[in-house]
Amino acid sequence: MAVEHPLTQPGEQTRIHNIGYRNYDGARLGRAYARRSLYSQSLRGAYGLGRSVKSKVLPMLLFVVMCVPALIMVAVAVATKAKDLPVDYTRYAVIMQAVIGLYVASQGPQAVSRDLRFKTVPLYFSRPIETGDYVRAKYAALASALFILTAAPLIVLYVGALLAKLDFSDQSKGFGQGLLSVALLSLLFAGIGLVISAITPRRGFGIAAVIAALTISYGAVSTVQAIAFERSSSGAVPWLGLFSPITLIDGVQTAFLGASSAFPGEVGPSSGQGVVYLVVVLGLIAGCYGLLMRRYRKVGL
Amino acid sequence: MTVIATESLSKRYPRVTALDRLSVDVGPGVTGLVGANGAGKSTLIKILLGLSPATEGSARVLGLDVATEGGAIRERVGYMPEHDCLPPDVSATEFVVHMARMSGLPPAAARERTADTLRHVGLYEERYRPIGGYSTGMKQRVKLAQALVHDPQLVFLDEPTNGLDPVGRDDMLGLIRRIHTDFGISVLVTSHLLGELERTCDHVVVVDGGKLLRSSSTTDFTKTTTTLAIEVTDTDEHLDGTSAVREVLHARGIETHDGSGLPGAGHILLLTTEGEDTYDLVRDVVADLGLGLVRMEQRRHHIAEVFADSDEQRAKDERAASGDPRTGDDQRKEAVGHGS
Repeated sequence: MAVEHPLTQPGEQTRIHNIGYRNYDGARLGRAYARRSLYSQSLRGAYGLGRSVKSKVLPMLLFVVMCVPALIMVAVAVATKAKDLPVDYTRYAVIMQAVIGLYVASQGPQAVSRDLRFKTVPLYFSRPIETGDYVRAKYAALASALFILTAAPLIVLYVGALLAKLDFSDQSKGFGQGLLSVALLSLLFAGIGLVISAITPRRGFGIAAVIAALTISYGAVSTVQAIAFERSSSGAVPWLGLFSPITLIDGVQTAFLGASSAFPGEVGPSSGQGVVYLVVVLGLIAGCYGLLMRRYRKVGL
Repeated sequence: MTVIATESLSKRYPRVTALDRLSVDVGPGVTGLVGANGAGKSTLIKILLGLSPATEGSARVLGLDVATEGGAIRERVGYMPEHDCLPPDVSATEFVVHMARMSGLPPAAARERTADTLRHVGLYEERYRPIGGYSTGMKQRVKLAQALVHDPQLVFLDEPTNGLDPVGRDDMLGLIRRIHTDFGISVLVTSHLLGELERTCDHVVVVDGGKLLRSSSTTDFTKTTTTLAIEVTDTDEHLDGTSAVREVLHARGIETHDGSGLPGAGHILLLTTEGEDTYDLVRDVVADLGLGLVRMEQRRHHIAEVFADSDEQRAKDERAASGDPRTGDDQRKEAVGHGS
């Protein structure tokens, strides 16, 4: 009786809120959308957005540290009515390389080691995306995060330079060259950072390994370069620069982007050597991508 | 309609054969995939998701070829892995929303479906807390939610009851049943406990060493495999009631064993039922002896017993070794009749 009561009066007092299962018949946006979602989630994650407060601290701090010197330089340039900015656009990233290195070391493992460590990767691959989509989304996300980190101070410098009424075409050219240079740097550093972090599911190891790879290679290269320069065999200096990421970028921008080299005695690579630098950089980027693809082909379910 | 169809599906690694010419058809409903560790269950799921190519043979899921249409299959299928797969530092809501978007749901729909699905699996206020602080049962629910959030037509659940206490296990099994009855989603659930699946599944597929051992509906299964456990009191007349019952039952041609190795061994008699008559017989025997019947219950089978059923010869050998060949053969014949 009680059961039949609502049936006899449909639509009357039977307005029970439906909490039964509802099927989904809306849009399914497929693989490309899933890849974009992974990209935006990873990019936000690289600055701690959508994650705990604790994980926001370091990336935000590094971002601020990256921008503060640019602000100071701009303030000085405006106040002293200087003719030029104290630092070239292309030089800024080289000076701040320690900060960039720290950022790669902290966020590279964040991007990939967590998925490996907590075995979330199989969940991704049980969905429409494939290995290549995962690798491309992660690579693009870290490279974009790095580009934001390295381009933001350049924008500060550029805006400051325009406020200080420095020569517009001069500044714009320098700014463009700077952006190109940091774009290349972002791709290279993101690749190296991801390849190293993807080896181990342990985040700590990843961080240490990335820092070691970046600083030891730079330390070794600059030391040997200095020795070579002192021994007045400066012809070897540009070739030595091929062996660490930051000197590679420095060489490319010296040869093609009108930068003054940070090598000892400013012995940058010639245009011919510059081509070798560029080939090595592009080869490294492609190699990192290839290695990541190989790494994730094995990580199935 | 067939949800999953495999045709002499094989997967060979350099040293192991994970699947050996497996041909099985699975219809809609809840299907249990039973096998010991290493029997090839996970390999089968991997192939069915289109993530690992089969060495030979073919398989279709929801009518789609696993070799060429893996992406389309994965859009319509959910997967709950056996292992832990949840990042501890995000909340269940954030995680499931992200996974919904990874399945192609637009942002607003992803949020709505996440709220719905988490409620259906039984996660309420705690869904806003980081997953790291969840109990095993809650984590299993989150894993289930991420497999269901995009409203698939079929879900693969790999050992969903692993690590759960008896209550959590019952909850999970009830939930699995509801996935089909209430949500209308077909389920392929793996386990190494046959008894667990008997309660939830419409159909059970048993694999061992990559081979199909048996595929039958659950009712067929339980008919042939029900074991009855009985426990009786001792009286002054029969100082050892258990052995008294055993003797009478033996005289009536019913084989019993004492379930050695199980808790309560010595006080409990296990026997295989052959239909309703067996219950009456046991009742009458106990009553005639004037004993008290403490318990008479159906025992769930361990997977090993099904394996024993599969091999008539081996079963005979075991009977011969145990010194009771007469009734053993009769018992086994019926069981084997339903085997592969």
